[in-house]
Amino acid sequence: MADHLPILEVEDLHTHFFTKSGVVKAVDGVSFSVKPGETLGIVGESGSGKSITAMSIMKLVPSPPGRIVSGDIRFKGESLLPKKEKEMRKIRGKDISMIFQDPMTSLNPVFSVEKQMLETIMTHENMNKQQARIRAIELLDLVGIPDAAKRLKNYPHEFSGGMRQRVMIAMALACNPKVLIADEPTTALDVTIQAQILDLLKKLQQELGMAIIMITHDLGVVAEVCDRVMVMYAGKPVEFSSVKELFDKPKHPYTWGLLSSIPQIHNRKERLEAIKGLPPDLRDLPKGCSFAPRCSHVKDECLIKDPALSEDETDHFVRCLLYEQEEKVTVHE
Amino acid sequence: MLNYIIRRLVSLIPVIIGVSIIAFSLMHLVPGDPARSILGEKATEAQLEMLREELNLNDPYIVQYGNFMGKIATGDLGDSIKSKESVASEIGGRLPATIELTLFAMTIAVVIGVLAGVIAAVKQYSWFDNLSMSGALFGVSMPIFWLGLMMIWLFSVELNWLPPSGRLSNDIELTKITNLYLVDSILTLNGTAFIDAFRHLLMPGLALATIPMAIIARMTRSSMLEVMKQDYIRTANAKGLAGRLVIFQHALKNASLPVLTVIGLQFGFLLGGAVLTETIFSWPGVGRYVVDAILSRDYPVVQSTILIIAIIFVLVNLITDILYTLFDPRIKLD
Repeated sequence: MADHLPILEVEDLHTHFFTKSGVVKAVDGVSFSVKPGETLGIVGESGSGKSITAMSIMKLVPSPPGRIVSGDIRFKGESLLPKKEKEMRKIRGKDISMIFQDPMTSLNPVFSVEKQMLETIMTHENMNKQQARIRAIELLDLVGIPDAAKRLKNYPHEFSGGMRQRVMIAMALACNPKVLIADEPTTALDVTIQAQILDLLKKLQQELGMAIIMITHDLGVVAEVCDRVMVMYAGKPVEFSSVKELFDKPKHPYTWGLLSSIPQIHNRKERLEAIKGLPPDLRDLPKGCSFAPRCSHVKDECLIKDPALSEDETDHFVRCLLYEQEEKVTVHE
Repeated sequence: MLNYIIRRLVSLIPVIIGVSIIAFSLMHLVPGDPARSILGEKATEAQLEMLREELNLNDPYIVQYGNFMGKIATGDLGDSIKSKESVASEIGGRLPATIELTLFAMTIAVVIGVLAGVIAAVKQYSWFDNLSMSGALFGVSMPIFWLGLMMIWLFSVELNWLPPSGRLSNDIELTKITNLYLVDSILTLNGTAFIDAFRHLLMPGLALATIPMAIIARMTRSSMLEVMKQDYIRTANAKGLAGRLVIFQHALKNASLPVLTVIGLQFGFLLGGAVLTETIFSWPGVGRYVVDAILSRDYPVVQSTILIIAIIFVLVNLITDILYTLFDPRIKLD
C-alpha cells in the first residue's frame, strides 16, 4: 500500500498569527506527505506548531488572527487552499477527519452520542435516520463499545474517558475518511487505556486503509504506531525520517534531547536529562538556528545562519549545521 | 422529577408563611393607628371604631394573623376597603392583563435579545456587535417612564398610529374566554379584535421588553463567546457541520443556561406587575392595582397581592429549574 501516490501533501506551509504584539510564526515552512495506510508522526513540544499544522490542513485555524500565508496543502493532488468554506465542510469529517486530545471536552455535553454521530453521518452520506442509526451502531461496535445499540442513547458524561475517545474515533471514522488526523489522542488518558486506543487505531488502519497523522509529544507513541516521523521545533521541521532511523541514528541535537528525556528502567539516573531553556518566543525568533540558544552543540555560526533541511542517502532529513556541507552553507547564505 | 416538584411545592409553605408575616405586619409597621391612616384626619371616632371592628383591629396581633391566614387557606383573600369587592375576584380580573403583557414583552425580549446576542458573539467586534451592545447599554439605562411617555408622544399624539392606553377599544366586541385578549380573539376567530388588541399591546409591550431584551442580549453574547471557545465547537466544525448548525444547535444550547436564568428572573419580576409601564399606558393589570391600593392604604388588597406575587415568583423559578434539565442532561433534579 505504501507504493501508492501520497493522499495528502503539505508543501512549505506557513501559518502565521497576526496579533497586536506581533506576528506569531506558528508554522513556518512545513512540508510532508502521507500515503494511504501510512502513519506519520509529528513530534514536538507544546507550541512547536504541530497542532496548528493539523488545523491548517482542516482549514480551521481561527481567523482572525490566524492565516495560512503561503505554501500548499493538496488532498488527492488537489489544492485545498482555494476551496471555499462550503467545499471544505464537505471534506471535513468525510475525507479528512480529526480526533482530539481531550475526549472529556471534545464531545458536546448536551447532546446524546446518537445525535452527535447521526448528524455527522447524515451531513455527509445520503442516508435516512434509520440507516444512519444502523451505521452508528456498527461504528460503535467497531471501536469496541459493548452494548452499542443501548449506549448510543447515552450522553457523553455517562461514558468513561477511554470510552469517550472510542466514541470520538467512531465519529471520525463514520464516513471512511482517507486521512485521520489524531491530535494527541492518548495524552489525556490512563496508560492502560492509551495502549488500548493505540492498538485500536492500528487495527482500524489495517482494516480501513486510511492514512494517519499522529500528533504527539510522546516518543513512545511514535515508536508504537508510526512509520515515519517529523520532529518540529519552533514552527519548523528539524528532523524527518523513518521511525527506525530516528531511534537508531537521531541526528538533530533537539531529537537527542527528546530521546534522552525519556526515563529508562535499565539506566536509572538521579535526574532525567532535560533540554535546558525554554522554547523561543515565536514572535521574535532568534537569528540563525531557532534551537541554538538551547543546543549543547552550538557553534558560533549557528547563531548567524539558519540551516536548511539537508538529506542523506536514507531519506533522513535534518535541519542542523552539524550536517550541512560547507559549500551548501555558503550557497544558502 | 415528580418527587422533586412535590418537594419544591412543599418547600413553598415556609416561603408563603414568611411572606404572609411580612405582608401582614405592613399594616402595623406604619406608625399610628391603621384605621386613622386609612380613613384620614377628618374621620370621626365612631367611624374609626367601626373600621377597627370590621378589620378586627382590636384583636391581639396573633389572632389577627391567624384569621388572615385562616381566610387565605380557604381561598378568601378578603375584601377591598375601597371598592368593597372581593380581592380574589379583582385580582382574577387583572392578572390575565398582566400575564398577557408579560408574555408579549418577554417573547419580544427573548427572540430579539437572543438573536442579537448570538450574532454579536459570532461577529465579535463587528459593527453589529458594537451597535447592538451600545443599544443594549442604552436599553438598560433608559428610564421606562421616560421611554413610555416618548412612545406615547410619538406614536399616539404626533403620528396617531397606536392607541395610548387600555387593552381594547370601546367599540370592539370580544367574547372573553381566557381573558388574554390575543388568545381569545384567535379562539373566537375575531380578526378585528385581534388587530385592535395587538395595537394596544404593542407600545406597552415594547416599553416593557426594553430592559429584559438588553439584559438577555448581553448575557447571550457573553455566554456564546465563552462556549464558542470550547473544544466541542472545534469538533463540530471538524465534522463538517454547517455553520448555522454549529452556532444555533451546538453552541446556543450550551450557552442557554445563564440566559435561561435571566429570562426566569425577568419573567418573575414582570409577572409581579410592571408598575411603571402599567401606570403610563393605563394597563389594567396587577401592578397598577397594587400601586392604587398602596396609595389609598387598602391594606387587604396590598397584603393579598403581595402574597400572590411572591407565590408567582417562586413558581416561575421552579419552572426555570425544571427547564434547566431540558437544556442540560447533566442536571439531575432529584
